[in-house]
Amino acid sequence: MSAEPTILPEGLVERLTPRGADGAPMTSGSWHIPSMLTQSNGLLSLGRNLGELVEEGRPAVVLTPDLAFSNGLWGFREQHPERFLQMGISEQNMVSVAAGLATTGLQPYVAAFSSFLALLCCEQIRTDIAYTQLPVRLIGHHSGISFGFYGTSHHATEDIAIMRSIANMTVVAPADPIQMGKAMRAYVDHPLPVFFRMGRGREPQVYSGDAEFVPGKAIVHSTGSDLTIITGGTSLHPSLAAAKMLREAGVDVGVVDLHTVKPIDRETILAVAGSTRQLMSVEEHNVLGGLGSAVAEVLTEEGAAVPLHRHGIRDEYAPVGPPTHLYRHYRLDAPGIATEARELLQRRGLL
Amino acid sequence: MSSPQFDASGPPAVEEEVLDRVRERAYFVRAETVRLISIAKTGHYSSTFSCAEILAALYYDTLRLFPGEPRHPDRDRFLMGKGHAAVGVYPILADLGYLDREVLDGYTRLGNPLGDHPDMTKVPGVDFSSGSLGHNLSVGLGMALGAKMTGRQFLTWVLLGDGEQLEGQIWEAAAAAGHYGTSNLVAVVDRNGYCLDGKVDDVITVEPLPDRWKAFGWDVIEVDGHDVAAVTSTFRALRDDTSRTKPAVVIAHTVKGKGVGFMERDFGWHLGWLAPEDEAAVHRELEETR
Repeated sequence: MSAEPTILPEGLVERLTPRGADGAPMTSGSWHIPSMLTQSNGLLSLGRNLGELVEEGRPAVVLTPDLAFSNGLWGFREQHPERFLQMGISEQNMVSVAAGLATTGLQPYVAAFSSFLALLCCEQIRTDIAYTQLPVRLIGHHSGISFGFYGTSHHATEDIAIMRSIANMTVVAPADPIQMGKAMRAYVDHPLPVFFRMGRGREPQVYSGDAEFVPGKAIVHSTGSDLTIITGGTSLHPSLAAAKMLREAGVDVGVVDLHTVKPIDRETILAVAGSTRQLMSVEEHNVLGGLGSAVAEVLTEEGAAVPLHRHGIRDEYAPVGPPTHLYRHYRLDAPGIATEARELLQRRGLL
Repeated sequence: MSSPQFDASGPPAVEEEVLDRVRERAYFVRAETVRLISIAKTGHYSSTFSCAEILAALYYDTLRLFPGEPRHPDRDRFLMGKGHAAVGVYPILADLGYLDREVLDGYTRLGNPLGDHPDMTKVPGVDFSSGSLGHNLSVGLGMALGAKMTGRQFLTWVLLGDGEQLEGQIWEAAAAAGHYGTSNLVAVVDRNGYCLDGKVDDVITVEPLPDRWKAFGWDVIEVDGHDVAAVTSTFRALRDDTSRTKPAVVIAHTVKGKGVGFMERDFGWHLGWLAPEDEAAVHRELEETR
């Protein structure tokens, strides 16, 4: 840990600095900033993106339930305190408050752990925001099993399934902070609610600043006649890396970033379905009801003749463990996805 | 009645003609409730009867409304936390010009916007939808915070049931409103004493209710919810007192089923449907005691 945590504002460093019995700050060698504050770099851009909206004159207001240090919104809070509502640990109240705020012409952005936002506040989201057709933006961060050893309460492996079953709701899973920023921008004037499913902020960057984001339009990274991986969000980066490994082993593999799970890009799904012998969805989510299920619905309804293997968490609660170990356990890291794909192709007689 | 605001002389007196109008409209709410539930063939008579004076005082004296422009940004907001009493609000909205009479008379028919719970997406004059208990105080808090953040002067009023006080989200909202000092938010608790399965305080007690709200940082006022003068003057004082620094709750002590002798304090009438011959008798009773 650096003794100079430069990403933190001075005032915050002052408050976080432990003090000795004499009230003086302890020496820099004897204390450290909690790791979540320095490792959530991907989430720090969230506050910057929201700050830009305010500075442009948008009526954005940001709410979080005692999580400004976890989701990087403390920077926004420092810069735009008049547009920041600290709601404390009362997520359901927060969501309903956001609904009330939206009726006054403000555009609320609600950021919370995806597990609590999607599961604990499911009814408030459905009844107070989606049914009522209010432009509230819900940002579920620390999605999937990215919380690792924090345990089942903090894992969000049902959030896509819940959110996509709510009428009027758009569901977007950006792969990295750049795509998140572009997605937020793309939906800034959307008249209905949007659920953004974000990771923990540690995800490697996939996109560069000039990458295009078209709402509801999947990004075809590559096409492949043997196998096409359809994925999105936190699973995109390891899927791209797995595809590289597979190509090096002679497999002709494509990757599609289905960043918008709802409304789903039927056209692109059917196009890749017609040009590949096997589809595999990859998601950090229960395979029931998530991205893979959404793809399966399209394929089945349209009578596509290509088989789909849904790779993800197969209807169970994840064990605890460091996130990287969990990704390995579930074959959701790059080598794991490549292994899953190879075994799949072997079973199908395609490899 | 206890009131932190009115200690010196109590709430100001309200003109007799205003009180007469509120009494008359409370009768109107009850009579129309009976008529509309006969269309639906099931409904919440007694929950609506307990808050008839509260609804009449709010709509016919307290709230600053713009019926010709239902979404006017400066209108006072009114939320039916106890949404199952919406049948008492619809006649008022029709009376004030928000709704056509034929819409009112099509209550609960297929495709009609008026259901058992209010729907902001379908009914002009409904400021927020409800039905899930415990949500509307939070929504009202959001409206009150939104007013402060956008510089609007409107007040937000939320009518809550006393059984609804058991919803945890009520107290999340109460804590946040107390913390933020949203003096532009007023909750009214229709303390009729009953919920679906019996007496609220037998099911799970909500007492000491005034102390609970006080502890959450609210001004607490208790009134007889059927005393038109007390209700109207209290609401008016809360509306006009710009020196308040806290959210306020009016705990209105009411009688479930008030106005119809055999329904009063009989929780079996939480949901019901009067036989046609009983309906006529109820109308006669309401008429005689108006």
